[in-house]
Amino acid sequence: MSHTSSSGDEPIVWVRSSGVRRSLGLRELWHYRELVQFLVWRDVKVRYKQTVLGVAWAVLQPLASMLVFALIFGRLAGMPSDGVPYPIFALAALVPWTLFAQGMTQASGSVVASEDLIRKVYFPRLVIPIAAVGSSVVDFAIGFVLLIGLILSYGIRPGPQVLWIPALVVLAVATAVATGLWLAALTTRYRDVRHLLPFLTQLWFFATPVAYPSSLVPAAWRPLYGLNPLVGVIDGFRWALLGADTRPGPTVAVAVIAVLVMLVGGTAYFRRAERVLADVI
Amino acid sequence: MSSDVVLRAEGLGKQYRLGQRARVHDTLRDALASEARALARRLRGHDHADGPDETIWALRDVGFEVQRGEAVGIVGRNGAGKSTLLKILSRITEPTTGQAWLRGRLGAIIEVGTGFHGELTGRENVYLSGAILGMRRAEIVRRFDEIVAFAEIDRFVDTPVKRYSSGMYLRLAFAVAAHLEAEILLVDEVLAVGDAAFQKKCLGKMSDVARRDRTVLFVSHNLVAVEALCGRALWLDQGRVAQDGPAGQVISQYLRSTSAPLTERAWLDPAQAPAADGVRLTRLRVRRADGDVSDRLTVATPFIIECEYDNDRTAGTLLVHLEVHNEKDVLLFDVGPPLDTWPLPTPSPPGRLRTACHIPGHLLNDGLHRVTVTVLRDSAPIIRQPEALVFDLDDVAEGRGGWYEKWPGAIRPRLAWEINVPVPCGSP
Repeated sequence: MSHTSSSGDEPIVWVRSSGVRRSLGLRELWHYRELVQFLVWRDVKVRYKQTVLGVAWAVLQPLASMLVFALIFGRLAGMPSDGVPYPIFALAALVPWTLFAQGMTQASGSVVASEDLIRKVYFPRLVIPIAAVGSSVVDFAIGFVLLIGLILSYGIRPGPQVLWIPALVVLAVATAVATGLWLAALTTRYRDVRHLLPFLTQLWFFATPVAYPSSLVPAAWRPLYGLNPLVGVIDGFRWALLGADTRPGPTVAVAVIAVLVMLVGGTAYFRRAERVLADVI
Repeated sequence: MSSDVVLRAEGLGKQYRLGQRARVHDTLRDALASEARALARRLRGHDHADGPDETIWALRDVGFEVQRGEAVGIVGRNGAGKSTLLKILSRITEPTTGQAWLRGRLGAIIEVGTGFHGELTGRENVYLSGAILGMRRAEIVRRFDEIVAFAEIDRFVDTPVKRYSSGMYLRLAFAVAAHLEAEILLVDEVLAVGDAAFQKKCLGKMSDVARRDRTVLFVSHNLVAVEALCGRALWLDQGRVAQDGPAGQVISQYLRSTSAPLTERAWLDPAQAPAADGVRLTRLRVRRADGDVSDRLTVATPFIIECEYDNDRTAGTLLVHLEVHNEKDVLLFDVGPPLDTWPLPTPSPPGRLRTACHIPGHLLNDGLHRVTVTVLRDSAPIIRQPEALVFDLDDVAEGRGGWYEKWPGAIRPRLAWEINVPVPCGSP
């Protein structure tokens, strides 16, 4: 829609119909990075102001899931857990999984929820789904502290491979942003994508080794299974934090490429959809 | 662009498809169903069974240039394309045709309170709303105290805004927007907030902004504000530029075409005010004689047509004449002070002077009336403002005896009558 360039210190904004020629708008996005921070801060603040327990939710949620999982899968079903106690095995997966699932869900509804802003103010629309994922990163940070505390209380001392954690978090966030962008853009056009989302999340959950170890997946299926970036993330978490024998293999590289393609494609698709956003929603 | 043009629009147009919302399919199910129907039509060989799309041009071929430091008012009826134009220039929506260039940092205030969240405190909302409007964190920090002082909410700055009164909320919201550091400011109808005192303050703030070498595009239904703030006006009619020129002229033309009352005009900026021969108009207004601030006038209301002006010369006597036309353009009267009964100080003193004409209730008929104001010095007209004021008189039920059609006649005086007085027989 527009193009910003600088001549001297005065930016010149060029407003026109962009048709299909649209850049990804990354430079402008960078320019608005403070707004991303503010929106994340708002989401987190508002979320915890409106609840009785406040920030405790970010701790209680994964903890409660862990207990339920430990009871049903660990005790009742006797699920193997890569040689670590099941509760900690589950939590090491639940924390990054929640980061992804919550990020994706919030990103996909974010644009429709920000209708009012979109009709009244200009800013790069990409800011909205990205900030939505950002607020789930804050929850993740709290859950992660809990996870580390629990790991230490089990007497497990992570080795130097723990340094891979940031890269794994980036991969989980990138996956959430990539899928979130597609879903957010689709939701603005087709409102029933919303109803599809819980189903998609559930399927994805089963295709990810959260409740079970990835070693249960038959070897023939492994290459396909490994394309799910969350497989690499969660195996990586268990390897880096718990010392489990789940060091992500070369399929992770393929997953990373897949995420990058989805990220670029999602950004482009989102940028196309945002052209008519203020007119449609 | 030449160096002093900061905004140039060329052939801007915006087309909306009627029922566009429905056509983009709210659900996947609809989308699939419509694809299926389209396929079926193609198979049957009807390619264009839908017929041409129903479209509407909200804006059509709009072109203009704005110089640095100009304040341009955009006037027009509802739906004339004013807001669409601002939304295109502020990049909220894309034009269908044409293009525009804007040089300098752009700030757009399409609505006050954009991005406010009720759960957050006043302080938090200042930061949030400022960031959404495009302010840098450092900038907000620097101007924070100024914003809070302007909004007059210092005691409540750490209270969630959901507990604010609506007045406080609007004041804070406007204050944030008013402190945007933009070289080009696009403002849509945001002065219609708050009480009269705060509106006055907002207006003052806006004229400060306009004076500081910044460029302002200002959409408002408040023609008094447009004329007070803007040297130039753009009148949009059905999406096209109907007229572009000095604000006073454009507004008069616009008023002639419309039925909007304009009961007050004020010229804050002496450079913009109508002036000649040492006399400068500062304010014209129509107001109720009983001092009631409501601007509703009825055929029964006594009211005052008031004219204020600065006189710089001590020579001669100043007089104001009023011509009042009704909506059919019939001249009802053309009057000045009756000289034989009204000893005027000669010469008129310098300084700000006021002339008021009291018009009794029960004189005029209902409907729109236009007032042309002429200032004369020693019987020679020096300033003439054609149709400077427009006032509307509402009808009243009183005295109509249950008859509710439009009362005929150019005027509707209440006269003295003697009714059914018996006449003695045989009198001559």
